[in-house]
Amino acid sequence: MLAVDGVSKRFGGLMAVDGASLALEPGGIVGLIGPNGAGKTTLFSMISGFVEPSDGRILFQGTDITREEPHRRAERGIGRTFQIVQPFAGLTVCENIAVGAYLRHARRADATAKAREVARRVGLGAELDRPAGGLTVAGRKRLELARALATEPKLLLLDEVLAGLNPSEIRDIIPVIRGIRDEGVTILMIEHVMQAVMNLCERVYVLAQGRMIAEGPPAVVCADARVIEAYLGHGAAARLQAEGATHG
Amino acid sequence: MTARDLIPIAVLAILAALLPLVVTASPVLNFLVFMLIVALGAQGWNILGGFGGQFSFGHAAFFGTGAYVTAILQLRWGINAWAGLVLATAAGAAVGWAIGFLSFRSGLRGSYFALVTLAFAEVFRILANAAPITGGAAGLLIKLDVRPANLQFDDRAVFYWLVLAFVAAVLLLTRWIQRSRFGAQLVAVRENEDAAKALGVDSLKLKLRAIALSGAVTALSGCLYAQYFLYIDANIAYGSWISVELLLAPIIGGVGTVFGPVVGALTLHGLGELAKQFAGRIPGIDLIVFGGVLVLAVAFARGGILGLLERLLGRGRGMVARGGKEVSHAGR
Repeated sequence: MLAVDGVSKRFGGLMAVDGASLALEPGGIVGLIGPNGAGKTTLFSMISGFVEPSDGRILFQGTDITREEPHRRAERGIGRTFQIVQPFAGLTVCENIAVGAYLRHARRADATAKAREVARRVGLGAELDRPAGGLTVAGRKRLELARALATEPKLLLLDEVLAGLNPSEIRDIIPVIRGIRDEGVTILMIEHVMQAVMNLCERVYVLAQGRMIAEGPPAVVCADARVIEAYLGHGAAARLQAEGATHG
Repeated sequence: MTARDLIPIAVLAILAALLPLVVTASPVLNFLVFMLIVALGAQGWNILGGFGGQFSFGHAAFFGTGAYVTAILQLRWGINAWAGLVLATAAGAAVGWAIGFLSFRSGLRGSYFALVTLAFAEVFRILANAAPITGGAAGLLIKLDVRPANLQFDDRAVFYWLVLAFVAAVLLLTRWIQRSRFGAQLVAVRENEDAAKALGVDSLKLKLRAIALSGAVTALSGCLYAQYFLYIDANIAYGSWISVELLLAPIIGGVGTVFGPVVGALTLHGLGELAKQFAGRIPGIDLIVFGGVLVLAVAFARGGILGLLERLLGRGRGMVARGGKEVSHAGR
């Protein structure tokens, strides 16, 4: 479905992403984790077309889309949410979602109907006529998700949709994400909330300092010495093991 | 579009059309025609600035193009004024597209876009002031030949109805924009261009369409100006006065609304005219009024007059709705 092949991005002297590769099969939820500043969002922006890679290739369903404009990729079926939510503040919730729905529905009535359906699915059914600027953080995250969903994507890139939510809000939104997957949408998600990653993802990729350092089922990856060191610093893995041995 | 969308426009147009039957004094009709020409140009500005969020400070570029194309085609090539009107409108669209292509493709937004449009209008003004084809600093005088076939009318009322018909047509066009996919995507670009792109909106193509449409409408108003006053020079056609008029009217009336530009033009010119009546000896008193109204609008009515009305009415409605809810809770 998606193949990222040795992609790099250099911002001046900083190598934000350094030869990262990943491959997604259709269906399922894959996580992308890594410490702050690892380059996760930059990698997302390259997949969705907002940042042009300095090097490497991105293939979507076998087509090279490395240099394509973001709106063309949306037409192909790549939807994304933004880590810093970007609502159309002056519009209502329904109008916000309808902008996404207009991608596949030219008529206003069809787009609005689609928007209402998507809003109900993500739990915004009661807020349809409220201005988007007046939503809570949790509401705005749902709105990001709804707008992207309204474009009827095949691949959905979720950039920290759970960040800033309290535990009960996270509990509410996890079934929504699972529901999207069950309808056949492939999901790639950046997430810091490990409980959710463990819960949702079948596979995770770990990015640290721009490089892909590990890949596999979440439980295996979390025990990986390189991953622990990337998060907690050099020697942390050995220290944890030693502590484990003395306690054991 | 539904009947509910069309009725207010139809009612307003019919009421306005009846006005010359009541008021026949020439100065009043003159005022009304000029006000409607400004309103029409401002409607053009509103398509790009109000819906698309691309604030142009140089809509004189389109207004002047419309005026000059009409005049030059008649004077140099003897082309009929009605055909000139069509060609002037097309020229406005072409100039709009070209300016848009040059500035949007380089990613100019916000104040940078505003400055570039201002620069384009100034360049046009200086060129028109120097080039022989535009009559240089002497300007162009359209030959007086009062025949409807020449787009010149004996009766000012007829010209008033003509301009009014165009204003009404653009009101319909704007209402259609508001209800269409084009409009929804345009507003999305205004609110957040990156988010719109992520949702599959081709923002460059969209902005180009908007500026071409905007340029066409404003050029039409310039053409009508030339045909009504029969004289233009560079400082009239491409002067910054008209750029300012065209953006003040929607801002005062309500940016990004259907009726905003018309309400704004009427308010500004109405107040300006009243001020002239009461303090006619002070030159430029109407401009002082414009400034005062702008300050008031920016300070107290961000959404313009229509936004203010909506807020006042909305507050009333909100209270009713809340009251109703409380009753239903009590009932349970």
